[in-house]
Order: sequence, then C-alpha cells, then structure tokens
Amino acid sequence: MAYSGVLPSARSRAMVSESRHLLMTVAPGAVWIFIFLVLPSFYLMSVAFMTNGTYGLPEMPLSLESFKRLAGFGFLGWSAGNLFTLLRSLWQTVVSTGLVIIIAYPIAYYITTCREKWRPIMLLLVVVPSWTNQVIRTFGWMNLLAPGTPLAEFAQMLGLVPANMGLYPSNFAVTLGLVYNFLPFMVLPLYAAFEKLDHAQVQAAQDLYASPVRAFWHAVFPQTLPGLLAGIVLVAIPAFGMYVIPELLGGGKGMMLGNLVANQFSGGSNWPLGAAGAILMLIATFIGLYAMRRIGKRLGGGEEVVI
Amino acid sequence: MTSSLTAPDNATPASETVHADYPEDSASRHKASTIVLQGLEKRFGADTIALDGVDLTIDSGEFFTLLGPSGCGKTTLLRILAGLETPDGGRLLLGDKDITEIPPHRRSVNTVFQSYALFPHLSVRENLAFGLRMQGISEAERNRRVDDIADFIQLGPLIDRRVDQLSGGQRQRIALARALVCEPEVLLLDEPLSALDAGLRSQLQVELLRVQKRLGMTFVFVTHDQQEAMVMSDRIAVLDGGIIQQVGPPRDVYERPVNAFVARFMGHDNLYPVTNRDGSALMTDLGTLHLTTPPDGDLLLIRPETLDLLPGEQAGDNRLFGTVTECLYRGSHAEYRLEVGSTTMQATVRNCGGNLPAVGDRVTVVVSTDDLVTLNA
Repeated sequence: MAYSGVLPSARSRAMVSESRHLLMTVAPGAVWIFIFLVLPSFYLMSVAFMTNGTYGLPEMPLSLESFKRLAGFGFLGWSAGNLFTLLRSLWQTVVSTGLVIIIAYPIAYYITTCREKWRPIMLLLVVVPSWTNQVIRTFGWMNLLAPGTPLAEFAQMLGLVPANMGLYPSNFAVTLGLVYNFLPFMVLPLYAAFEKLDHAQVQAAQDLYASPVRAFWHAVFPQTLPGLLAGIVLVAIPAFGMYVIPELLGGGKGMMLGNLVANQFSGGSNWPLGAAGAILMLIATFIGLYAMRRIGKRLGGGEEVVI
Repeated sequence: MTSSLTAPDNATPASETVHADYPEDSASRHKASTIVLQGLEKRFGADTIALDGVDLTIDSGEFFTLLGPSGCGKTTLLRILAGLETPDGGRLLLGDKDITEIPPHRRSVNTVFQSYALFPHLSVRENLAFGLRMQGISEAERNRRVDDIADFIQLGPLIDRRVDQLSGGQRQRIALARALVCEPEVLLLDEPLSALDAGLRSQLQVELLRVQKRLGMTFVFVTHDQQEAMVMSDRIAVLDGGIIQQVGPPRDVYERPVNAFVARFMGHDNLYPVTNRDGSALMTDLGTLHLTTPPDGDLLLIRPETLDLLPGEQAGDNRLFGTVTECLYRGSHAEYRLEVGSTTMQATVRNCGGNLPAVGDRVTVVVSTDDLVTLNA
C-alpha cells in the first residue's frame, strides 16, 4: 500500500515519454500523408464547388453547377447518362464481387486441404498474374475476346453475339476483367481464414447431424467471415473506381464512374465536374465501408472484423 | 487478507464433479445399441493397409476400448464408426440396421474429438445446442436439454462463456457434454484425455467412467495408453497392423496376452523363448521351470509382480537364483532388475516393511507356477 501514492505519477511519466516516442516515429509518415493526401483532398473538394472555366480549369465564383451536371442536368435539359454510369458502376461492383466470392471460396478451401509444402506454390499461382501490369493483362483479354477468336466464335455459335462481332467491348467483358483482376485479393484473405480453421470442426459439425451444406453454413462460413469482409473491401472498393478495365473492355456503353471522372480531367476537360465525381465516389466508398462494418458486427465476426 | 485462507464455498472435491441426479427420464431414454463390425477393410493409397478384416461385436451399454500404438488402425476404425471414413470392404451394423453407407449426419452416433473441435464462433451454450439445432429440435426443448446436461456435467457458470476463454479440462468436458446432449446410441471418444496433464487426466477418467455407468450408454474409446484402457474398460481390443490381436476384459488382456505383441504392449518385459521342453518342464535362458498346465506356446511370460524375492540362495521347486543389478524404490513397492542365468528379468516387490534386497545382493526368485503363461511369438 505504501507505494500506491508514487506509482500513478511514475506511470504517467512513463506514458508521456512513451507517447512522445511514438509521436516521433509516426510524425514523418503523418506529415507525408498530410501534404500529399489530406491537402490535395481538400483542394479537390474545393474544386468541386467552383465554376468550370474556359479551358476546363476551375474558376471562381463558387457554385453547385458541377453537382447539378453530375446529376444529369446539362445545357440540353436532364439526361440519364451519368445516372446510368453510376448505377452501372454499382451493378458491376456487386456482380463482380459476388462472382469473385463464389469462385474464391472453393479455391481458398482447396489450397488449405493440400499438403503443406504445396500450399505456398498454389498461392503463388493465384498471385503471379497480378505481378504483370494490369493494362497488359487487360490487353490480353482484348485479344482473347476479339472477333474471330475461338471464344468469340463459340459465343456466336451459341447465338450470344451477332456474326462478325467479338465478346468485347461489352459489359460482360468488363465483369470478366474485374473478376479476373480481383480474384487474388479475395483468395488470400479467405485462405488465411480457412487456414486457421481446425478441419476437425467440419467433421464435428457433420457428426452433430449437419448435412455438408449446413456444416459449411453453420460451422465454416461464420469463421471465414473476417476474411470474407476483408476480401470484399479489397475487391469492391477498387472495382467501384476501376478505370483501366472498363476503358479497354467496356466501350461507350460499358463506362464506369472512374472513366467519367478521368474524362473530366483529360478529354472532356471539366475539373469541377471530375472533382464532384471523385467526391461522389468517396462518399459511396464510406457508405459501403460503414455497411460492411455493421454487417460484420451483426453476423458475429467479433472483434476480428477490423474495417 | 486473512479471509482468503478460507476455502471458497463452491469448491467441489474432484471425485464429486459428476452430479448423480441427471433426470431419470433422460437417462432411460438412451437406447444403447449393439455394434457389429463384419470384415471391415480400409486402405489408404496403394500399400497402406489401415484395417485388414476387422470382425468385432460391441455390446450395448459396454465401455469398449480400442487400444494400440499409433498407426495401428484404431482411429480409422473409430472414424468408420462415426461415418467420417468409408470402409473399402465389410459391413457395419448398429442395432439391426446396416449403417455402412449412411453419412455421419444421419447416424445416431456422436464423437468426442481429440482436439475437441469446439466451434470458436459460438458460445458454450450454442456449442452444446448445435447437434439439437441441426436435428430441428425446438428452442424450448433445446434449452431444457442443454440445461440438464450442463447440470449433469456441472458446467455451471461456463455456459455463457466464449470457447476461447476455457482451459483444456473445461473444453474436454464441454466436448463431452456436446456429444452427450444428443443422446446418441453410441458415443465415440478419440483419445479425449491425451491433451491433459496427468492429474486432470485421472480425475476425468473417473468422471467419464461414472457418466457412462450412469447413462448406460455404449462408449467406444480410443487410446494408446494401456493403463488408461485397463482403468476404464469393460473390454479391450488390442490392435496392430490393422488386425485385432486380442479382445477381452482388462484382466484377460493383461494377464493372459495371446501373443508377444499384446504382452509387450501391455507393458510386459519378462518374455523368454522356450529353448526346450520335457512334459511340463520348460527350458529357457533363465533355467528350468515347471508349469501346472502343459505348455503349448513357444514364449514364456513371467509377470514381475507375481515374483517373490528371498535373501540368499534357498533351494526349492521353481526357484531361480540371481543378482540384483538395479533397484527403483517407489514407496509402496520396489522394482528390481536381476541377472538370472544368462539373461535378465524384472521383479516387483511389495514393500511390506520387511527387508528389501539392495543392489549387488544375491537373491532367490520364487516363481509362482499358476501365474506362468506361455504364448505364441
């Protein structure tokens, strides 16, 4: 009891020196992030509320013009073009993320059932394609889906595309490109979740009267939830803002929000409109993250869900 | 601070952890079933034979143990009973039903896994209710049965914990309760005590045995520990190389092993090849011994605890002379290693307060001929 009066101040002094230490370590990174992320973000936001100048550069006075245009109100009255682009982005994100989940689950599970010495090699095979530049891989898909290729001709045979047409440009090609591109980002976190799972638990579930489907749903799936949510964040957010894949595989009717924004900073030249699009993207991302967090807590991912 | 010296009121002696009053109606609802195994075969790959034609009948309400070294096929046999492994040949009957092809989730058989395999995403209560929930039993009924089993196994305040907050012994008991609450016809236990330390292990052995006797359920228990097998079992099957070597009550298996493998696995070291025989007389490296029954095997087994040591050389029938080379004093008894004839033997002597021979002493070994067994190598 005698030392209790001394201890708190000694402890707080230790904590002060520790936090000062921590501050020193974190400071360079924090400064970097402030200068190159936070400040430009504020600049971008302010641009969104400015007027479009003659050469597409932002000018005073402040206005909500670009948000109106983003909502579809142009010189010729309202058009649904931008709204369609937004909905298409959401749709593509949902569909491709869903497909990635369906494809990644069996792959991740299969790898964990392999012998331990094969697992790193299998994971490598999953990851290796992403070491090649995304643009080059997307060009690869263009060659695979172009008119006259076996895939395109097979699709023609089935009557899916008109004669002499390829499978791209199309929304289908964009979905395909997104699924292909983001698969590793789902397989890896799911693999990590599966690897932690004791295989005896699957057998225990079956032993306790769960059919294989119910054993997966009640015993396996809840335990892979942290991995799944991490995977969704890694896939859905970049997919929503994707530029390269819809640009190369989508054509005019496959445009996504990322292309809309990019066009305002290059060809179309309307910085305020581009900035408004970027803000919309940011808001949508935050809403998505918040929803994931809620879902994660609801489904009982526990403290492991750190999004 | 002085109050901490008083034992807490809820401390229960180790021997009373199993409640005696599990509801009678639940206890009588258990229908224990006979298990019949006919010519079960199982191979892994081309040349690993896990089971090589196993025939076995396990009676209802029996505590039956599969005993053997690792790789003997005992776990494979248990997994076939659970339905987690399909046999390559043979049949499996539960009661009068052929369940060879029935998947695990449709068998009235539950397993306590070696790793316990509790679900970490569920609370203890949800773990216990899992089997009942999968069977589509109503929530009210589920809660009632989970509460009953929790009382019976005395889980008390553990029931609302998370699984990762439990100790090894607690997990073990929850794994047991999770299987028992389903009231299966047969309970399978795959080395359920092997991960626990010695003290807890013997406590849970007693607990498990009481549960089984109380419920009258058929237990099939897998272990590699012959001591554990002898303590728990009504009958033991000793397996090696996918073949059942011997089946019988613990005393039979320990005192009358049928071959050298069983004898060695049950812990016997005093095995001597018979070099010559003449009527009831047997010649071994120890010397000549006379048996009451005519010997037929070619290997003589002398259990160390049936021997008696006398100081000096005192001639008589069935007596051998030897020198003490090693002595392990264990309190209640002492274990000796002796040089006898051209070989060595072990003897265990009860410490009755008399003189115990010391290392280097010349002793007379009195062999009780009733306890001599010959067996086939």
